[in-house]
Amino acid sequence: MTSSTDTLRRTPLYALHLELGAKMVPFAGYEMPVQYPAGVLKEHLHTREKAGLFDVSHMGQAFLSGDTAALERVTPADVSGLKEGMQRYGLLLTDTGTIKDDFMFARLTGEAELYLVVNAGTKEADFEYIAEKLKDAATLTPRLDRALLALQGPKAAEVLERHSPGISQLTFMKIVRTTVAGAPAIISRTGYTGEDGFEISIEGADADKVARALLREVEVLPIGLGARDSLRLEAGLCLYGHDMDDMVDPAEAALMWSIGKRRRDAKDFPAADRIMANNPATKRVGIRPEGRAPAREGTEIADKTGRIIGKVTSGGFGPSLNAPLAMGYVESAFASDGTPLDLMVRGKPMPALVTAMPFVPHTYRR
Amino acid sequence: MSEVRYTDQHEWIRLDGDEATVGITKYAAESLGDVVFVELPASGKAVAAGGEAAVVESVKAASDIYAPAGGTVTLANSALESAPSKVNEDPEGEGWFFKLKLSNKDEFAKLMDAAAYAKFLESL
Repeated sequence: MTSSTDTLRRTPLYALHLELGAKMVPFAGYEMPVQYPAGVLKEHLHTREKAGLFDVSHMGQAFLSGDTAALERVTPADVSGLKEGMQRYGLLLTDTGTIKDDFMFARLTGEAELYLVVNAGTKEADFEYIAEKLKDAATLTPRLDRALLALQGPKAAEVLERHSPGISQLTFMKIVRTTVAGAPAIISRTGYTGEDGFEISIEGADADKVARALLREVEVLPIGLGARDSLRLEAGLCLYGHDMDDMVDPAEAALMWSIGKRRRDAKDFPAADRIMANNPATKRVGIRPEGRAPAREGTEIADKTGRIIGKVTSGGFGPSLNAPLAMGYVESAFASDGTPLDLMVRGKPMPALVTAMPFVPHTYRR
Repeated sequence: MSEVRYTDQHEWIRLDGDEATVGITKYAAESLGDVVFVELPASGKAVAAGGEAAVVESVKAASDIYAPAGGTVTLANSALESAPSKVNEDPEGEGWFFKLKLSNKDEFAKLMDAAAYAKFLESL
């Protein structure tokens, strides 16, 4: 993403990032911390070992009021079946059934509205799309003024409990309105690292106070976007705009699990017949290079005869795996686990295997 | 008596007699971040001044390492294959990349000396 510094937006934690010595980079229209002085490798390993605090305030938060079930017009997820106090992952689909974005939606206990979180780089377009498609049924209220923090890692619950008593009782994918460090908050037991952890939505004005309170805990280090990317890749989680976009559908992206059972049966979403046939020409897979050389995004994938059969969409080095890893699309005949492939790194074939994801096991508290 | 010169791509080259040792500067190692993989040239490979000679990968990105001067590779630091973090720990010592027999020492003489490189860093 290239944009000039003067047009970049800042999150409420901008001053804190500078104070912490962050290296700031443009990302999705924001000036964001890519790493702090500890560096990507240490930040990654610290998150898996203790707890890491991420500023994800650039993501798009919104509330949907009115006939919230109408959200099913734009997602194949089961919205009307979502129970109070629960959050769910969904795909936002185009009219042709390709993926416009992925997002989280939640129903807070005792509240009529749905709480939504969409990706940073797509939020304006998503909000416009949802508002337009649902205009006769529901009202979408973006809350770009809110901040969003993620506290991730095996010590996250213990740490957050000190500032939000009772929060450790929450289990995976549950959500609650509560307080943190005295500030009103919406907290869910979710994340983007594969670790146990929480996402904490607060008023922008409270963000600095809450972040500082959490960072004062000895278990917690601030974590930048660099480690956020290596953590999510090890966890086998997709990055929108890379591992899926509006050129692929849920079958190609191997995200069929996000389609609700009732929706599968009813086939009441765009291109449902094609998607439910689940017979795509290419498919997203996990890949482990056999050597030490990472294969980056854009690397061509060849079969053992040298024919190009796909492309890497995310690739790098997994600090916890202590090995390179990648995600990419291959012709479906090559998508089964254990299939040998070659990654064309700097013109040379590097042997690799199709591998089940996650690369590093999830440790969610169910 | 060895002499060290620097490039504007942040490689260093140390000349001892006919043989030169090449690596990346402390500045380069710090900007790259944690190095996780190094691809080294084979012995006998001919490299031109400014030509791609090696690749260094951090967690996030790959970067090319250019030969500061032309010549023939005589030895690569294979210790980096199992311990790429040496590039961060000791970039201008144990973290060297490869040795070269220079084909033209004038190319070496034209590079920045330590004072000029320090000045160049200040200008960045």
